Amino acid sequence: MIRFRLNGAEVAVEAPPTERLSETLRERLGKVGTKVGCDAGDCGACTVLLDGAAVCACLTPAARVAGRSVTTVEGETRELTRLRASFHAHGAAQCGICTPGMLLTAADLLTRVARPSQAEVESALGGVLCRCTGYRSIIAAVVAAGQGDVSAAQGVGAVGDPIPRLDGAAKVAGDRFGADDWPEGALIVRAVRSPHPHAAFQIGDLTAFRARPGVAAIFTAADIPGRNAFSVIPPFADQPAIAASPARFRGECVALIAFEPGVEQEPDDFPITWTPLVPLATPEEAETGEALHAGRPGNLLIEGRIIKGDAATALATSDHVVEGTMTTAFVEHAYIEPEAGSAWMEGDTLVIRACTQAPGMDREDTAAILGLPLEQVRIIPSATGGGFGSKLDISLQPLLGLVTLKTGRACRMTYSRQESMTSTTKRHPAEMRGRIGCDAEGRITGMEFEGRFNTGAYSSWGPTVANRVPVHVSGPYLTPHITARARAIHTHGPVSGAFRGFGVPQGALWQETLYDRLADKAGIDRLEFRLRNALRDGEPSATGQVLRAVGIHDCLSALKPHWTRALAEAAGQPGRGVGVASCWYGCGNTALPNPSTIRIGLSPAGEIVLHQGATDIGQGSNTVIAQIAAEALGLPLVAVRLVGPDTALTPDAGKTSASRQTYVTGRAAKAAAEALRAEILRRANAGDGATLSLDGATLTIRDGSATRIDLSTLPPDAHGHVLVAEATYDPPTSPLDAKGQGAPYAVYGYGAQMVEVVVDPALGTVRLLKITAAHDVGRAINPMLARGQIEGGIAQGIGMALMEEYLPGRTENLHDYLIPTFGDVPPIESLLIEVPDPEGPYGAKGLGEHVLIPTAPAILNAIRHATGAEITRVPALPHRIREALQGLSLPQISSGGAGVENPRSAARPGCDA
Amino acid sequence: MDYARPETLTEALRLMAGGGARALGGGTDLYPGAAARLGGPVVDLAGIGELRGITRNGGQRIGGLTSWTAIAAAVLPDACRALQQAARQVGGRQVQNAGTIGGNLCNASPAADGVPPLLALDAQVELVSASGTRRLELADFLLGPRRTALRPDEVLAAVLIPETALRGRSSFVKLGARSHLVISIAMVAARVEIDRGRVVGAAVAVGACSPVAVRLPAVEAALTGAPVAQAVGRIRDTDVTGPLSPIDDVRATAKYRREAAAELVRRAVAEALG
Repeated sequence: MIRFRLNGAEVAVEAPPTERLSETLRERLGKVGTKVGCDAGDCGACTVLLDGAAVCACLTPAARVAGRSVTTVEGETRELTRLRASFHAHGAAQCGICTPGMLLTAADLLTRVARPSQAEVESALGGVLCRCTGYRSIIAAVVAAGQGDVSAAQGVGAVGDPIPRLDGAAKVAGDRFGADDWPEGALIVRAVRSPHPHAAFQIGDLTAFRARPGVAAIFTAADIPGRNAFSVIPPFADQPAIAASPARFRGECVALIAFEPGVEQEPDDFPITWTPLVPLATPEEAETGEALHAGRPGNLLIEGRIIKGDAATALATSDHVVEGTMTTAFVEHAYIEPEAGSAWMEGDTLVIRACTQAPGMDREDTAAILGLPLEQVRIIPSATGGGFGSKLDISLQPLLGLVTLKTGRACRMTYSRQESMTSTTKRHPAEMRGRIGCDAEGRITGMEFEGRFNTGAYSSWGPTVANRVPVHVSGPYLTPHITARARAIHTHGPVSGAFRGFGVPQGALWQETLYDRLADKAGIDRLEFRLRNALRDGEPSATGQVLRAVGIHDCLSALKPHWTRALAEAAGQPGRGVGVASCWYGCGNTALPNPSTIRIGLSPAGEIVLHQGATDIGQGSNTVIAQIAAEALGLPLVAVRLVGPDTALTPDAGKTSASRQTYVTGRAAKAAAEALRAEILRRANAGDGATLSLDGATLTIRDGSATRIDLSTLPPDAHGHVLVAEATYDPPTSPLDAKGQGAPYAVYGYGAQMVEVVVDPALGTVRLLKITAAHDVGRAINPMLARGQIEGGIAQGIGMALMEEYLPGRTENLHDYLIPTFGDVPPIESLLIEVPDPEGPYGAKGLGEHVLIPTAPAILNAIRHATGAEITRVPALPHRIREALQGLSLPQISSGGAGVENPRSAARPGCDA
Repeated sequence: MDYARPETLTEALRLMAGGGARALGGGTDLYPGAAARLGGPVVDLAGIGELRGITRNGGQRIGGLTSWTAIAAAVLPDACRALQQAARQVGGRQVQNAGTIGGNLCNASPAADGVPPLLALDAQVELVSASGTRRLELADFLLGPRRTALRPDEVLAAVLIPETALRGRSSFVKLGARSHLVISIAMVAARVEIDRGRVVGAAVAVGACSPVAVRLPAVEAALTGAPVAQAVGRIRDTDVTGPLSPIDDVRATAKYRREAAAELVRRAVAEALG
């Protein structure tokens, strides 16, 4: 029996002495506010205070706390109270998974240093990783807490008010994620996974393993009752929930073991025989290798293309042409919450509660795999500790569902960090090449682009990436002639799927770095060059879509004074450089239906009940959609009660992807709220200009005279609403033709970022001094949340540029796979530009993905400006920058074509054609 | 016995005597490889006060169980500055609060942050078992990646820095691809003694560029006797890279590590010279 003080109260717990304290706290004492991100001391999410000092609970033996005092996020101290308020006020918690660890680490600091400086905060909190915020808001929150200033922005929550998130109180108290709720007695599910990228396997005699105490059930591919093939895009369904031989990537699930709770779960000696097969490691090998999937010769999943005008002729007659390549790596989403969830039966309905970005898709895929009618599957999204695209695909949902369906018992499953990293999707590695030309005045004449994307073992979002890249690769610039094609090629690598930007960040790295070289050739300032080519209203995109509400010119113009200052400051300073890059991004599905439905009602008690099915993975849709709804309804936000998401309670608001929620679900919310308002006004016989107010159950409509409706006297419907409206919005798009021409998106967002760096040429290291980010959001529904998106996206862009490279078998943890820490993200100045889009709610455009796109190319452009080094492969690790710098002393070799430069990149292997 | 938490070293050594148990220090290296609990048998050293703390008595004695936070916070001679700088860069605050100097050495990672500063301090380790105490030069204790001269029945009781090495001023420079929580690509500790404008003693060690961190005798020889203003200029690349045998890994190439090590040696020496 271990006795200690937990949050001020004496507790006694029976636990193995060397059990991880995190396990003891969560499993035996119910303190699930202590989050587990890695079990290795790499992320700090499980930080607790042991006698006031921060330690990782995952590295602390339970017995060691005997007689001592432990504080978790469930506790309350003077410092924690202040920090909670400050984190909430500063938007320092987005998804909330790192928040408990951040709060406790900061509490340790505040007890040692009452009023810490920014630098002291950075250094003290450096042991906790955050993947959402970019850290700046956390630094601000802790500094403010030290100064005693924890007040939040004022505002009633109208559109445009920077109010703290509505679900923020839960975030700073230790929210309940996938691993944090499970039914009593739930079986514990573990997966057996392939240790090889490609291997045949045979499962041995299971009799002995099955008879082992504590083993409740074992399942293999043969046990899948429905269709053992899924994909986020159904026509491409190719990925098994549990693979039959052969396994096609390292980490693929080949069997499930359900253990009774409370027993040691040891799947390591599961009887399985592996016969490693030769893997196709790269697209180059795969294009000539045996097809992974029938009907996909050359392992070509899909090719996306855009052909407008005659790029070859345009380039041949251009005054200046540059040619170059860019190679990118697998990038891991590295959300701090590994996948987790639980399942149980309610009558004949299978209920799955898990982290997700797409409950509706989870439901469809899980039902198909398990052979169930859709109505018998209910998905309840837990709080989701970051997603960034990877939690769009199902992961453990069908596994949980299978166990519960077959055993009739509740179950739960939590991925280890390694499982999360090996088995879920990645950003596509890209090998890109091509040419861009301009005339003597620096106006773009044409572009040729060719990209090969490693889509891994299964389809996932490969088709989307292959289609999005050619559409976007021109950047937000008028490009009269363009030929662009992108191919997604299967390999025995991890499944490449969606990651913030769907391939567009990779394409922008290629395009924006070439733009800098082209601007230099034309002898034009790099920002001016971009301004000269920036798309304007009424001009056509690469798909021939005539654009409106184009904000790129405004974004670049907003950077101008900063650009002038930064160039002047960098001039003559060794190693200093300034870079700029733009982005644009179409919001929602590419030329496909993409509806959202929102229901809003009034309860007899006078609550505005918003059935909000858009999953909030930290980006803020719970708040933004509610602000839009309240504004359209004409009632204060404070009366809004959120319901869902839950496939049994909320209509489908689609997936949280493609920067679509604020725009698409926002439009649905606006329409639903307007319909409800119209119904209220009709009842009161009031005009459009009437004002509404709620006082308890009394709804008052003032339009000259006042009409009162006592809501408690009206009959409620099945959902408990006395007045209700529901609306669906689907963006008006048109399909792309054979040449990729059409109107694939109804709304685009735009942005441009400027990065100031200092490069240490002797070591090839880069220090970021400041990032200035101008983003056209159409209308900032909530400026604080918008800034949070910008800062978080920039942090991921920094990672992509400078450190992130997922190598299967080698960087499957958070100490070999590096994501930015405190200190890697410089001060960020966000400039919110508002060019209202006629299609967006109150003019709003999407933002979530845009923000990541310009960062990496702007960093590379700043490095080139500082040193002349042209980086053609990311991440630009120190040794790669050094290599590029050393190349500068080599003689330049002409590669032939008129006006073509950069022999190093032209000679780089890895790109075909 | 699956787990024991002795309160005296004698008791711990008795429990270790069979050789089948493993000693648990801060846990920051043992737990990452473990399941829900750490497999036993485990002798938890945390309760043994005599293994903790820093004392000076004819040299500096740092108990094996002394945490990095305690080392960083201690008032130590300038010669130990590199060690204190390293102490602030071992993982994050959480790991520094739990992790111990003895554990860092016993774990024997080629990239252990504690090793170059201690090599530059001519450190010895005190290894005790039920059958006695022995002292080894740190360089003789570390045999290779994850390999040490520690016998299964022994505990690393203390790190000993001789009085002769507590002279001068030292500096630690760590290179990685991010700010915090980073396994070094390369790192250098340099300690220099200056007398009347000349370097009269130098100790320079490089980590993460060979299976075990190493001292650089040729660099030290070149520095010794040099006027302070000229000292850094006497560091030759080949004197740095000669003893190194870096590898290509996910963090950097071997070629880069050689170049970076030479640069870091110059910077560490320059900083130590003040």
